[in-house]
Amino acid sequence: MPDVVVIGAGVVGAACAHYAARAGLDVVVLDRGPVAGGTTGAGEGNVLVSDKEPGPELDLAVLSAGLWRELAGLGGFEYEPKGGLVVAEDDEVLAALTALAAGQGVEHTVVEAGRLTDYEPHLAPGFAGGVFYPQDAQVQPMLAAATLLRKGARGAGRGTPSLRTGVTVTGFLRDGERVTGVRTDRGDIPAGAVVNAAGTWGGEVAALAGVHLPILPRRGFILVTEPLDEPLVLHKVYTAAYVTNVASDSAGLETSAVVEGTPSGPVLIGASRERVGFDRTVSIPVLERLARQAVELFPALAARRVIRAYCGFRPYCPDHLPVIGEDPRAPGLYHACGHEGAGIGLAPATGHLIAQALTGGRPGLDLSPFRPDRFDPDRSGTGTPAKEG
Amino acid sequence: MTRVYDLAVIGAGPAGVAGALEASLAGLDVVVIDAAPRPGGQYHRHLPGSFHALRPGALHHGLERFMRQWEALRSRAEILLGHRVWAVERTGGDAAGGTAGAAMGAAAGAGDTADAGDTVDGTVGATTDATVTVRCLAGDREERPRAVRARALLIATGAHDRPLPFPGWDLPGVLTAGGAQALLKGSLVVAGRRVVVSGTGPFLLPVAAGLARAGADVRGVYEAGGRFGLARHPLLAAGKAAEAAGYAAVLARHRVPYRGRHAVVAAHGEDALTHVTVARLDADWRPVATRTVACDTLACGYGFVPQLELPVQLGCATRRDADGTPVVAVDAGRRTSVPGVYAAGETTGVGGAELAEAEGRLAGRAVAADRGRRVPPLPALARRVDRLTAFARALHEAYPVRPGWRDWLRDDTLVCRCEEVPLSAVREARRLGATDARSVKLLARPGMGWCQGRMCGYAVACLAGEDPAAPRRPIAQPVRLGDLAGLEHPPSEG
Amino acid sequence: MRPPYELVGARPDPAFEISVDGRPVPVVPGQSVGAALHAAGVRSWRSTRFGGRPRGLFCGIGVCFDCLVTVNDVPALRACVTEARPGDRVRTSAADSGTAAARAGAGKDTAGKSVAGAGRPGAAGKEPGGESGGDDEGVNGR
Repeated sequence: MPDVVVIGAGVVGAACAHYAARAGLDVVVLDRGPVAGGTTGAGEGNVLVSDKEPGPELDLAVLSAGLWRELAGLGGFEYEPKGGLVVAEDDEVLAALTALAAGQGVEHTVVEAGRLTDYEPHLAPGFAGGVFYPQDAQVQPMLAAATLLRKGARGAGRGTPSLRTGVTVTGFLRDGERVTGVRTDRGDIPAGAVVNAAGTWGGEVAALAGVHLPILPRRGFILVTEPLDEPLVLHKVYTAAYVTNVASDSAGLETSAVVEGTPSGPVLIGASRERVGFDRTVSIPVLERLARQAVELFPALAARRVIRAYCGFRPYCPDHLPVIGEDPRAPGLYHACGHEGAGIGLAPATGHLIAQALTGGRPGLDLSPFRPDRFDPDRSGTGTPAKEG
Repeated sequence: MTRVYDLAVIGAGPAGVAGALEASLAGLDVVVIDAAPRPGGQYHRHLPGSFHALRPGALHHGLERFMRQWEALRSRAEILLGHRVWAVERTGGDAAGGTAGAAMGAAAGAGDTADAGDTVDGTVGATTDATVTVRCLAGDREERPRAVRARALLIATGAHDRPLPFPGWDLPGVLTAGGAQALLKGSLVVAGRRVVVSGTGPFLLPVAAGLARAGADVRGVYEAGGRFGLARHPLLAAGKAAEAAGYAAVLARHRVPYRGRHAVVAAHGEDALTHVTVARLDADWRPVATRTVACDTLACGYGFVPQLELPVQLGCATRRDADGTPVVAVDAGRRTSVPGVYAAGETTGVGGAELAEAEGRLAGRAVAADRGRRVPPLPALARRVDRLTAFARALHEAYPVRPGWRDWLRDDTLVCRCEEVPLSAVREARRLGATDARSVKLLARPGMGWCQGRMCGYAVACLAGEDPAAPRRPIAQPVRLGDLAGLEHPPSEG
Repeated sequence: MRPPYELVGARPDPAFEISVDGRPVPVVPGQSVGAALHAAGVRSWRSTRFGGRPRGLFCGIGVCFDCLVTVNDVPALRACVTEARPGDRVRTSAADSGTAAARAGAGKDTAGKSVAGAGRPGAAGKEPGGESGGDDEGVNGR
């Protein structure tokens, strides 16, 4: 019997499995699809501290950024500590941006308008200035997830998670309220604990245990350009509006430019946010807005071609915070999902904290802001099982 | 005011032209869009007028017939050549959010539009009339964005060669069979001096015969699938005896050897092709014995891949053809699952130009009928489509791709030409937990590059252990960011 | 008159020239850049991003993107579907990286043999940039 079953072979599940294995636990990872087949496979690979308001998510992001630097030593996936440049459209936005940076307490440099092209030679003129965050980085998320699973904790002298793809969890084994394993289409798997790392589908998995997690899909499109011979965009570059959009509750379409080059040549262009369920229908107007905003940032991009576009579904919680920790309504079930657009960046810290919780250790961060039952009206912890939202 | 056509036809090959002609003869206002500077598609590709060819039909069957249809169409329909389509959308009515199915059905399927004029913005009520917007780039290098709107759409985008990877397949001098054919038919360029033709399927015969007649020294035709040699070629059994005999005669006259159950399994050369390894194959296509053939050019193809990105963009349902290839599902009138959208030709199942033309005619007549025109039934046409479809199915069954081709590959053989992904990387992705073609792509990048998996998609799917999926390519042709940023929009309706 | 021209009874309009990495290449009006290059015995003109591998025509119909060239400073055009116009200045990535097409066009002995047997004796030993890569005997029949 494994100590832990992790549901979901995306980057968060992989990180949970990795750190649990490093803590000496025997881990089985299940996914109904292949490795990194959900939102991980549709991400840009953002590891950002720059876009977080001071608070619990920023604390998580800072912890995670450091862990990514360490995990990069495993090899097997691209990790680029390229830094992020946030640019402000006007003086008022710049003032807000610099105030935010001051409050974040993370390493940053305020960049005056005249120095922006020192960072990004092809940036459009006319921006009021910006803030550069050297800790912002980029990972290739699919390979990162696969590598964390594959390499497990061998380097630490421990075991490797056992990955079983094409296995669908259909329910939970229970002993009273306690979760004692999973039911799957390939048979039951008893386990000491179960981690729900099902990302955007985390609410559905929680519902199988009779607990409510209000995780909804928030669709995002990404444009991919032809491979460029010479890098045109050196850092992660985005407008201050991105920070506002990330924090927004709107169901309607929001777009803000996030532009970056990749080692293999193409430029990636995000980011749109809209709550339209799991609809994959391509929206040309969204692609158009992304293109327009990217060209406004980097006019030279106008002559470059888009060869691909794709969408993914961020796991969105109403308060924009992930769900991390044991569910008091179903002891033995731990959640590690709902990271919205920050799952890649926050994965190592999430896995690290989950492993601490699984081994009874004292968590390195206060987990109460991420409590699974925080959305229940009475927050009693064992309220009526809610319907899947 | 943006003009709204009754019907937009994408593809000016046999299916598109036949469909457009039927629809315009029935009184519809039709626009035909094709990426190429001349009509014909791949099969009826022909020389530009600047060649002043006295016998342009010498290179292929049926060109005169096609050109007569084209001339008839030209005077009746709007023609947009040199227009690459990068996206199709359903717009107008309730369709703005991309959920236009119902609205399209209400407009295009209704019988009460019988007396709609065949001119711009006919009598169909603007508020109920959902439309399709076809987004094009005009000019082969100018790439001017242009939007075309229509109340119905016929997709006749044809197919391209289906290559299989093998060591050296990316050497200069290795061409697809269709590429060699296109050079000859469209530019009068013979692909090489000493040419080997390899692959599977009846298409190899006209390619080899054409090259031989045009002066190439064809060193051999290696048909991986055929067991019986030319004398018992399936074309003979399918009422195509004259055509097959014609090719056989050409090959015999030029002393071109034809070997069934043989294939080129490797290509060699430093910067370009100098020789190939030809293998005798077992029933599963595993090499049994090999020898070397000197050549400067290899033309190879293992069937065809229907170009489905546009119907997939619109959400048209697909089905698996006899060989597992995804194709658009259509009814007897070539209607797709999306109301107002029709498909004909290779996109609905690879079957050749004759079938494509007949399907196109059915589609054009169905569009006209659905838009209220009086179109008498033509049972003979439907029977002809049935007969040719049965023949196409027989050919698919006669020329399956067998799994032993994977044994031709070495660890360092590129599977994806664009991203230069070797077989070893695909295998590594499989070991990392990629259990389908999409996750192989995510982990190892095959299909991420310029061609978006058009060349390697079939092979990657096979290597991932599945049939190829219908391609999801929201951007069907590269489009400049500057153009995407400043799109022309249909006026809002209502 | 070579076989394919005899076959169809073609009497084409007079050829014009385009320049490919500075070398003149003849074009029959209506031919694509790719067809003209191939006819001139130039089999590769692009160098891949990672392996520097030589590439030229493969699919020939605008699908594979192997034959990309820069024409009059417009980058990444498919040579096989870009109709040549008089005076076009074509730049190849092979020239930028000093690989296949440059070697092919320069007609170095080793490359001369491997340029797909295009049989371009006239090309051997010419200076880079000085050879049209044009008049190929036997391959393209012009």
